[in-house]
Amino acid sequence: MTTSHTAAAAGHDDGHVHHHYTTTGLDHRKIAIWTFIGSECMLFASLISTYLIYKGRSIVGPFPHEAWTSETGQQFHAILDIPVTSASTFVLLMSSFAMVLALQAVQLRGTPLPANPTWWQRSQRSSQGWLLMTALLGATFLGFQAYEFTSFVHEGLTIKRNLFGSSFFTLTGFHGAHVTAGVLWLMTLLWIDRSRGLQGKNDELLVDICALYWHFVDVVWIAIFTLIYLIR
Amino acid sequence: MSHDAKHDAHGADGGAHAHPDGNKYLKVAVILTLITVVEVWAYYIPALVESPFFNPGLLIMSAVKFGIVVLFYMHLKFDHKLYRALFTGPMIIAMCTIMALLFLFGQLSIKL
Repeated sequence: MTTSHTAAAAGHDDGHVHHHYTTTGLDHRKIAIWTFIGSECMLFASLISTYLIYKGRSIVGPFPHEAWTSETGQQFHAILDIPVTSASTFVLLMSSFAMVLALQAVQLRGTPLPANPTWWQRSQRSSQGWLLMTALLGATFLGFQAYEFTSFVHEGLTIKRNLFGSSFFTLTGFHGAHVTAGVLWLMTLLWIDRSRGLQGKNDELLVDICALYWHFVDVVWIAIFTLIYLIR
Repeated sequence: MSHDAKHDAHGADGGAHAHPDGNKYLKVAVILTLITVVEVWAYYIPALVESPFFNPGLLIMSAVKFGIVVLFYMHLKFDHKLYRALFTGPMIIAMCTIMALLFLFGQLSIKL
């Protein structure tokens, strides 16, 4: 057994804080989240591919960017609501900003504030505030998505209606499920922070891993917003 | 070598650096917002939408936003190179998969 393995085993035995370093010297939990994110890239690539392959191949409307009149004379306007989606995109981008400040606040915990700190310098120390802000912005994004899905169904676009509906709801639904998981994760971290405080290298890593997941959800939306909503 | 020392040494070998501060994160957020505003603005200009540069322009702006978030918010610019490999490897495979499928199903073509 190598020295590091022996030390790690000893760490488990004496009940102290465990360090989970691999032979690379890197924490295996962070390697795991990056590997997971890599696999998620391929999941979303397959969903985006499916959407792009089916693009323009729906036989019946509603369509994303063009109006359509059915054989019975029923009229459908272009269904994508760009102003609403732009607002939700801005919300998700700002949630990433809040997340990175939450991580920074945990990393700065215990370091002294400069003399006569400004509001901005003080606010950067509030991990609970930034975690709460991130979760609220994520929940707001989900609210926008619920509104969008509901209005689409009312306007006649369901997951069974046409190829556009099937691929659109599958792609954005999967993304929404990821955001939902992220919000639950953030609420868990917030609860831990309120109950015992997030501090030390181990807790920094917990927040860092959650932040990586959250930013990944954000970059996936950056791609979706351009490919599905803006490009015609 | 202790775990922490080993960790730090590998971090240095792998090109890990200190992360940016709050002011830099704020600048990144402003840049991301501005790019998004330009994207949406372009969508509402018919002359731009008809232009052959519309779709490539949007894709480039989206890629820039993607890169900024990954490099600065996900700290890939500052973290160990193994993390970069774990992300860019699958990303390249994903991009190649998308391109291959689009060619296979006729959404993209090369005129010879």
